Amino acid sequence: MADKDRQRALTTQLQTQFNAIPSELPHDRINALSIPAERLTETLAFLKHKAEPRFEMLFDLSAIDETERDGGLTVFYQLLSLSGNADLRLKVSLSAEAPVLPSVCTVWSAANWYERELYDMFGIHIDGHPDLRRILMPEYWEGHPLRKAHPNRATEMPPYQLPEARYRSIMESYRAEDYHEPGMSNEEMILNIGPTHPGTHGLLRLVVRLLGEEIRDVKPDIGFHHRGAEKMAERQTYHSYIPYTDRIDYLAGVQNELPYVLAVEQLAGITVPPRAQVIRVMLCELCRVASHLVWVASYAHDTGALAPPFYAFREREYLYDVMELITGGRMHPSFFRIGGVALDLPEGWHEAVQGFLKRMPAAIDEYQALLPNNPILRGRTRGIGVLSIAEAIDWGVSGPNLRACGLEWDLRKRRPYSGYEHYDFEIPTATEGDALARTEVRLEEMRQSLRIVEQAMQNMPAGPVLSAEARYAFPRKEATLQDIETLIHHFIAVSRGMRFPAGESLFVTEAPKGMNGYFVVSDGSENPYRLRIRTPSFPHIQALALLARGHLLADLIPILGSLDYVLADIDR
Amino acid sequence: MNVAQWLLTLASLGLVLLGLVLVAAFMIYGERRILALLQDRLGPNRAGPFGLLQPVADILKLISKENFVPPFADRMVYTIAPVIVPLTVLLSFAVVPVSEDWWLADLNIALLYVLALSSLRVYGLILGGWSSNSKYPLLGGLRSAAQMISYELPMGLALVGVVMLSGSFSLKEIVAAQTLPFIVLQPLGFIIFLVCGIAETNRLPFDLPEAENELAAGYNTEYGGIQFAFFYLGEYLGILLIAALVTLLFLGGWHGPWLPGVVWFALKTLALIFLFFWLRTSLPRLRYDQLMDFGWKVMLPAALLNLLMTAGLGLFWMEN
Repeated sequence: MADKDRQRALTTQLQTQFNAIPSELPHDRINALSIPAERLTETLAFLKHKAEPRFEMLFDLSAIDETERDGGLTVFYQLLSLSGNADLRLKVSLSAEAPVLPSVCTVWSAANWYERELYDMFGIHIDGHPDLRRILMPEYWEGHPLRKAHPNRATEMPPYQLPEARYRSIMESYRAEDYHEPGMSNEEMILNIGPTHPGTHGLLRLVVRLLGEEIRDVKPDIGFHHRGAEKMAERQTYHSYIPYTDRIDYLAGVQNELPYVLAVEQLAGITVPPRAQVIRVMLCELCRVASHLVWVASYAHDTGALAPPFYAFREREYLYDVMELITGGRMHPSFFRIGGVALDLPEGWHEAVQGFLKRMPAAIDEYQALLPNNPILRGRTRGIGVLSIAEAIDWGVSGPNLRACGLEWDLRKRRPYSGYEHYDFEIPTATEGDALARTEVRLEEMRQSLRIVEQAMQNMPAGPVLSAEARYAFPRKEATLQDIETLIHHFIAVSRGMRFPAGESLFVTEAPKGMNGYFVVSDGSENPYRLRIRTPSFPHIQALALLARGHLLADLIPILGSLDYVLADIDR
Repeated sequence: MNVAQWLLTLASLGLVLLGLVLVAAFMIYGERRILALLQDRLGPNRAGPFGLLQPVADILKLISKENFVPPFADRMVYTIAPVIVPLTVLLSFAVVPVSEDWWLADLNIALLYVLALSSLRVYGLILGGWSSNSKYPLLGGLRSAAQMISYELPMGLALVGVVMLSGSFSLKEIVAAQTLPFIVLQPLGFIIFLVCGIAETNRLPFDLPEAENELAAGYNTEYGGIQFAFFYLGEYLGILLIAALVTLLFLGGWHGPWLPGVVWFALKTLALIFLFFWLRTSLPRLRYDQLMDFGWKVMLPAALLNLLMTAGLGLFWMEN
């Protein structure tokens, strides 16, 4: 109750001081207010520094093109208060023609890339932005993909043309030979790492400014893995988009499906049967282990250790055997459905999960011995890439990277979803905030995840695995051959898609890499009007320069690896 | 010397050369199989029985590749650099005796000769990295220079203890002096020399000049084909040389009961080579400033201490 009063007081304050206009409470029950663009910066600064509670983190920043709904552009700022465990959504309406928005980089360092993305995707000019360039699309791309006017499929576009002269001018911009940044001394050197390089785990380009081997600056260049996942959602039905979510953080499988289905369920007010919830939790924690296993492998490889990658992939293979038995898929199970999960657990699942649980503790001890307990690795990773809590929050860092700085912020504990409140587990933290601390936190997280899996396995309730609500859940396939009603429902639901209520709904879960949020905007049709995916890796890589400056080139790759990112998770 | 003697010498030289190259090639095969076993894999097992023809296939592939010099490279140095590495190691083998009766040359300054050549070897890496005129190789080459100045000094000092005990620089006489293997009398010297030897061969945990995770392939990033093969050959011959030297200097060389001397020598050397492979699969890499710290602040004082202790004890021994 006190929370509600506080929320009301804040709304009144924003109304009187900053001309904010409160709107109807959306489906996710997050307080949403519209503010005029000219008061934006001061409002955000007030919310960050003075409001009660203080909203320390800029969780997400993107826009909705309302032109198909008779509007202009709506930019939304998702703010998160870690101290008050509260959310706030601020909206700014802009005209669709030549929209201009003031930059809030001065308030939050993390806003930089998000604002570049706004410019790239919606063509919004950000006034006062220090480095306004495209971020995901190539510099020479024409149009702004997330505008409704931009075609959704290549077949709707004219054949791609790249005249010779244009090609030459594009290529010229990649010449590194005489490349000199302003303020760079003659002793410094620009080293281009990537997009393909053994240390970047994917297509990531780092432009590093070096003095000898000392890093002066790092400029990450992302977008090589951009597939337009958010745009694709706009022409998929709510159900047929589920497989796409798997491919966002492709190492974490169902961990991507969870926030999406939870957001849609929240939108439609669906309750998920208990058995489905426990299955979801069990699979999610298995996927967390899978994701951390790949991290063990790649991180060990980053430091030059050759054996741990093979050991970690071996255990991951056993894990995928279990996943395959239960879901039929390995990396991309596409197993969750809106309202539950696709199938009930198969025969023999209990033994399979148990077998895996039995194997893992010894394996994790082995990684412990090979990584954080190895004196060479300790020496190499202690004190590098240090992040303080304040910096981490300012840069939007979450997940194990935030917990390694000493803040026990885990949504599974702070805002339990899918029944996480019923499980007994701990949130590992560290205080140093360096690469070694992140290593230790992740290894301990694997142990805790196994505890959750074990509890889920022991206390698996009986009952249905999919919501019986006919409006938003697929009818049982078996029944379609028995009665015509179900057959019609099935036909409509699968071929045309189900209509979901108009509104907006954000759901954030604790994914292996950090806070993963799906923001679904519905206009009442079969496809999402706009789907915003806030991934944890995006802000983590943005903070790389902060972590790497002043260290040696040999530290860059372990620092990068200790952040645990996936390129598909950054670029979407 | 008459013609027949010359021919005999040349033939034996050719034989040794061929033998060493073959041993290095099969070391690569052995390493790949051993690493695979330690990592729960199979390793190369397709070419010939147990994959034994893999080195032949590798060599054929590398030889048949186009000998490409990047247009931006310093052509002459770029071509010479890869030759320096195997050449210096091969020259070192001239003074390495294999048993009481099998040896090519018995110099009375053998140890100094080996150390001198090992210092020359690093030029191959530095020049290769520099002449490539490309950033990653340059960083790799610079690192190998930093690495060399960190390990050369303790390495040389560690050997002085052995020389003091045996009273000779000749490897044959050093082995002959080991009625008790010097590892017992010089445990510290043994450890220092072995660690420096690993650094000398640029193997994990000291493979900084190559450091694929940061530097792509370090000093040899731009190299391919036969020139790359030379670097590779040099690396493995280097391991063989260090293993052989450790055997001769600290493990009593060919001394051992029951078996013939050559077999003992081979067994000890192979065990050391296995240690190199084992280290490679188990350990992460050091950072180059850490290696320098380690070399100057730990290894050098330890080597000096070892020297003092050896001298002091030796003096005490002789007095009484």
